Amino acid sequence: MAEAIAPVAVGASALALAMTTNVAGVSRAGVEGGELVAHVAREELLGVMVLLRDDPRFLCEQLVDLCGVDFPQRAERFDVVYNLLSVSLNHRVRVIVTTDETTPVPSVSNIWPCATWWERECWDLFGVLFAGLADHRRILTDYGFEGHPLRKDFPLTGYVEVHFDEDRKEVVYEPVKLTQDFRDFRFLSPWEGMTTLPGDEKAHLTRQALANGIPPGEVTKS
Amino acid sequence: MSSILEDIERHHSTPVPADQAVASTSKTVQIDSHAINFGPQHPAAHGVLRLVLEMDGEVVDRADPHVGLLHRGTEKLIESRTYLQNVPYFDRLDYVSPMCMEHAFVLATEKLLSIQAPERALWIRTMFDEITRILNHLLNLTSFALDVGALTPPLWGYEEREKLMEFYEAASGARLHANYYRPGGVNKDLPAGLTDKIWAWSEQYPKFIDDLWNLLTENRIWKQRTVDIGVMSAEQALAWGFTGPNLRASGVPWDLRKAQPYAMYEHVQFDVPIARNGDCYDRYLVRMIEMRESVKIIRQCIENMKPGPVKIQDRKFTAPRREEMKRSMEALIHHFKLYTEGFHVPAGATYTAIESPKGEFGVYLVSDGTNKPYRCKIRPTGFSHLQAVEVMSKGHMLADAVAVIGSIDLVFGEVDR
Repeated sequence: MAEAIAPVAVGASALALAMTTNVAGVSRAGVEGGELVAHVAREELLGVMVLLRDDPRFLCEQLVDLCGVDFPQRAERFDVVYNLLSVSLNHRVRVIVTTDETTPVPSVSNIWPCATWWERECWDLFGVLFAGLADHRRILTDYGFEGHPLRKDFPLTGYVEVHFDEDRKEVVYEPVKLTQDFRDFRFLSPWEGMTTLPGDEKAHLTRQALANGIPPGEVTKS
Repeated sequence: MSSILEDIERHHSTPVPADQAVASTSKTVQIDSHAINFGPQHPAAHGVLRLVLEMDGEVVDRADPHVGLLHRGTEKLIESRTYLQNVPYFDRLDYVSPMCMEHAFVLATEKLLSIQAPERALWIRTMFDEITRILNHLLNLTSFALDVGALTPPLWGYEEREKLMEFYEAASGARLHANYYRPGGVNKDLPAGLTDKIWAWSEQYPKFIDDLWNLLTENRIWKQRTVDIGVMSAEQALAWGFTGPNLRASGVPWDLRKAQPYAMYEHVQFDVPIARNGDCYDRYLVRMIEMRESVKIIRQCIENMKPGPVKIQDRKFTAPRREEMKRSMEALIHHFKLYTEGFHVPAGATYTAIESPKGEFGVYLVSDGTNKPYRCKIRPTGFSHLQAVEVMSKGHMLADAVAVIGSIDLVFGEVDR
């Protein structure tokens, strides 16, 4: 298996070099785990995509997948990830652009018609706007759904639940009621990653300060 | 019905003075007879597809598929469960080819963990991937035949599927939702005698393919309903994101098992059928011939399989055997930690795809170093195929739209996620 991955990776690094040096709008490109990943400026996206499709070095005829990833702590919280495939050259390129809730990403639906549904899905689940997308309806969630469920701040249980009301003879939407709190166990232990135990924050600060050579009194003052 | 027709007749034939018309009991109702709501509870919709068709007479003018009626938020659920707990969700995506779905997720996890399943596990996976391919094609081809009016193929096909699901049951304990593949191997070794049974089955199964072939391939009605229906050129198929048999039916020689081999596909001999016309009939032919190739692969897997471990022996990823746990404290701790906390996956991202029976099924997995995926995007195969239904059925009759839907092999568990 490892032998099979190697030649792809060699080709990928050459392509990554070509992308960083020759293509305007690529902020950085590299090989991550044998896969070619390019971070592209949002304004330059369409130009880069057309080049990736038509340039004989890339020839990505297919947009295999488009999806969002949410990082709420970032200023531009969303990654929009495009997975491209070249059937004639047998390689994949991953293009990543970032955006926030209000800034639209240029739609690639004129380059690959199949992007329409992927972009609708990304809008539906993340609330990413696409400029130039002809059909900007929701796609996977219910008719009249509110919110964007794959955002990290959207609760797993959602906000509404539905049932069929026998008396009213219709489907009724109600706020979700949980008979038991949703339990999410965090398995971070002091041995792996977690350095501050709950309730131990002050002592931890002092410890850190000591390690940096600051006397304990200084920390509590500031 | 007749009274409405009489009303309309009366309305149009004799001009009624304005004052009398108000007093008359007949009502004029404006009906837009050109929009048809196909599904979501239609037997030919293959699940819960709602297709809004705008018709010009009996010719499809516009087709707007509404998906999401089976949306269960799988991607959201996956973010709150450990990697091991997530494997069963993949069975429930494309429930007609469960093990192939698991394979994509398991491969993506293994890639992030930088581990490699032992050889026997890879052979078992290859074999069950192909059994799954036959399972899937059997259901698709025969229900496609049912959609255009042939009842015998599904009756025969279900019997054959039952035999294959027995193999599923023998290996995993479940006929459908197998939950058999694991990051680092497969759950259990094959029970004694199973490979002999599969071998015996592989001797008689090509006879069934011949029977099905004779029923349909030269059948006049079948050809009238499928030839030149829903034609996609190679360029169109690529642009619309077609993969798998649907892409190969349009003449593009592309198969991930050959191009980007995984498991043991490099070590088996098989051909990839390519058709030229890209119509419903060619999609049928490609799948038919793929079943024959799958039988070949299954036989090669059985021939090459050697005894050995079926999962990696690193206790940080795979659980110890129960006998071990009775004696070793270490084993007990490992078992407990694996099934509560699970393993932590190093931070990173991968897009890993496999050739599922329906096409390219991919998993874009983002890990942040914890025991749960940060994001798991499932790339369904049917999503882009369904999107092209409008292109394929435009200008065809309503009944041909049914043939188009049948030929692109949709399962809504996967399209809607």
